[in-house]
Amino acid sequence: MPDTILQISDLDAFYGDFQALYGVELDVKPGEILAIIGANGAGKTTLMRSITGLLDNGANQIKYRGKDISSLRADEVAMRGLAMVPEGRQLFPSLSVRENLMIGAQVGRSGPWDLDAVYRLFPILKDRKDQGATSLSGGQQQMVAIGRALMANPDLILFDEISLGLAPIIIKDIYKALPDIIGEGMSAMIVEQDITKALSVSSRVYCLQEGRVSLESASDTVSREDISRAYFGIE
Amino acid sequence: MSIQDYSVTRSSRAAQVSAVLGALVLITLIAAPWWAGRADMRLMGELFLYLALASLWNLMAGYAGLVSVGQQAFVGFGGYMLFALTMLGGLHPVAAIASAGVLGALISVPVAVLIFRLRGAYFAIGTWVIAEVFRLGFAQISALGGGSGSSLPVAIVKSLASKRAMRESLSYWLALGAAVLVVTAVYLFLRSRKGLALTAIRDNELAAGSLGIDIWRTKFTVYVVTSALTSMIGALIFLQKLRISPDAAFSVNDWTAFVIFIVVIGGIGTIEGPIIGTLVFFALRETLADLGTTYLIVLGVVAIVMMLKAPKGIWGLIRSRFDLQLFPLGYRVIAPKQEKGV
Amino acid sequence: MDWLNAIVQGTLLGGLYALFAAGLSLIFGVMRLVNIAHGDLIVLAAYLGLTVTSATGIHPLVALVLVVPTMGAIGYVLQRGLLNQTLGDDLLPPLLVTFGLSVILQNGLLEVYTADPQKMDAGALETASFALGDLTLGVLPVLTFLVALVVIWGLQWTFYHTSLGRAFRAVSDNQDIAQLMGLNRRHIFGLAMALALAVTAIAGILLGIRTSFDPSIGGGRLIFGFEAVIIGGLGNLWGTLAGGVILGVAQTVGAKIDPGWQILSGHIVFLVILAIRPNGLFPRIAA
Repeated sequence: MPDTILQISDLDAFYGDFQALYGVELDVKPGEILAIIGANGAGKTTLMRSITGLLDNGANQIKYRGKDISSLRADEVAMRGLAMVPEGRQLFPSLSVRENLMIGAQVGRSGPWDLDAVYRLFPILKDRKDQGATSLSGGQQQMVAIGRALMANPDLILFDEISLGLAPIIIKDIYKALPDIIGEGMSAMIVEQDITKALSVSSRVYCLQEGRVSLESASDTVSREDISRAYFGIE
Repeated sequence: MSIQDYSVTRSSRAAQVSAVLGALVLITLIAAPWWAGRADMRLMGELFLYLALASLWNLMAGYAGLVSVGQQAFVGFGGYMLFALTMLGGLHPVAAIASAGVLGALISVPVAVLIFRLRGAYFAIGTWVIAEVFRLGFAQISALGGGSGSSLPVAIVKSLASKRAMRESLSYWLALGAAVLVVTAVYLFLRSRKGLALTAIRDNELAAGSLGIDIWRTKFTVYVVTSALTSMIGALIFLQKLRISPDAAFSVNDWTAFVIFIVVIGGIGTIEGPIIGTLVFFALRETLADLGTTYLIVLGVVAIVMMLKAPKGIWGLIRSRFDLQLFPLGYRVIAPKQEKGV
Repeated sequence: MDWLNAIVQGTLLGGLYALFAAGLSLIFGVMRLVNIAHGDLIVLAAYLGLTVTSATGIHPLVALVLVVPTMGAIGYVLQRGLLNQTLGDDLLPPLLVTFGLSVILQNGLLEVYTADPQKMDAGALETASFALGDLTLGVLPVLTFLVALVVIWGLQWTFYHTSLGRAFRAVSDNQDIAQLMGLNRRHIFGLAMALALAVTAIAGILLGIRTSFDPSIGGGRLIFGFEAVIIGGLGNLWGTLAGGVILGVAQTVGAKIDPGWQILSGHIVFLVILAIRPNGLFPRIAA
């Protein structure tokens, strides 16, 4: 097992002619929870899309478990054990709650997470399992999205802005459940605008600012001033 | 350098040169009855009419986003109106042609109201259904020959001009005039405010709508005007052919497939495209037509390859390579002391 | 009595039209693609059936065993080789490419088989009939209608009770996120087209037994399928069956009034429904 589960080297990302990421360097150690913070438009979601293969990457920019995955298709990346809880939930409207969870298991990886395990974690989903997924409340949809990612039994799970659009109490509940979710052996990247929450669950934090890494630090030792500077790009 | 030193213009050196060249070509073409043979004049007349049809289809599909595979409805309608108005209504052929345009406009209104309820590819097939309705409908009219069609009576043909040579020149000039009229009308329309609205709709319908452009009304207007002119061209086509039948009048191959190929190969969404496409199409036809079905297969393959590899057509390739625009439409910013704009 | 007979015949004809439409509906549902060459593919299937039956002497219905998988394979290759490249936001490429494909198919068939009308020989099946009360029903039309029922039921079941159907719905909802689930969308689209053309093969064989066909009739079949889909409403396969039946009845009743009005009546009923119920009678998606 290499000493990083994810290694990002000199990553650029483009939307057409527009460059969104500039030479990003980042790594995730096995078993750790990494936080990615930054303002809107800083490139956090672009980073997630690059990692999962939804955006094109140059060679050797992204290594997963030591192997170059930069040019793989998104479905191939998913097969390797990378799952994402996408920004805005993005459940499938034509599928029921249960079907959304089932399709998460499409990659066919074995592990502790199956339908029963997800229902134990989020009992309300069992009550609503045959409902159309998008008819649920925001918080419940977030549970489905998380469950859907877990069903893939990933080694690395990405959470993209899971607190967006949710009531504070729901956010609190979800973050309280995170340690149960990110169990033994799983690594996680948490993209967050809520800095406090992000720091509270992570061991290390990166800050992105206008497409560049502006800060890397241990979560428990980083100061407010460092974060403000890195977040807003003020020197 | 201040901002006052910059100027904005529509024209360019290339546009000015081509305007002069175009005028020379036009004069040469007008004089064709004096230097061209009968067969050549017939060919050129056919070319002009196809150019007109292609420019109109391009206006609808390339600018208004209304992709129709049913324009043969109006070609045939115009043809039948020519026959009906001259044979049954006693009108002079030229008056009948003009009236065919007006009637085409009138009938396109209820048609548009119906098929505008469909979008995208479903709209396209809807236009085809309309064409089929027209075809089946006209096949029922025995006064116009029913299913087997009819020929234009000699008396009416002679009312154009008594000598055959004069008639052929007249047919030729009408076709040339129609092509010039259509291309000019399309050009002027696209230069106008309505044309700008249309281009906006083509580029981003949602954004255009939020700017207050009445999308439905603009598309509706384009559909009606295009159909009216297409009807007129149809009347001209069948004046040249002297014979009409439902299958010939409403043929998908002749009036839609070929037109679409012309526009796709030439360059959709540009004025220059249909001109180039028509020339290429006729060049291909003159060289390959003996091959019959193979020729059509070749056309189909070329169209598919163009759509996938060069979706902007031949003119699109030229334009992206050389940044040319012969019909000045876009605005350019001219920086001071520079020849070409930004 | 004659009118009742016309309505019954029209209903049974609707089964064939529903088969024409089912493939069209499926493809639009999964990938928002309308295949203008769809009618020509139905005709292609009929010609494949003709070739198989002429070469081997087997009954056309038995030929289904060969033609259905062949068309399915053609569908997969067609989608992955050509049509996948046309998908995107612009509506021009799929429309114009499938239009070009239609021209190629028609003329290719003309080259190979000539314009002579052909028909497959199904023997006694073609004329067999049975009595139901005062009515006489042909076995072939009834069989066609039953096949349509089974096919549509099968498609619905596939869509809502299998993982493939789940994949279809997910990819049609959100291509990007579906990929995150390990779904290769190019492969899924290929499978969808394969399934659609397999259904189209059934429609083609049944058409070829029922009436004579030639390379030029593809456009007409596309239009019938399209009208059935629009009358019934988008996104609803049972609605498509209803649409087919309405179209079939309109045609047979129209033919009773005047034989020359058969097809025109169908178009007119279509236009009337388009005027008063633009989204069809049982829509799930807006047109």
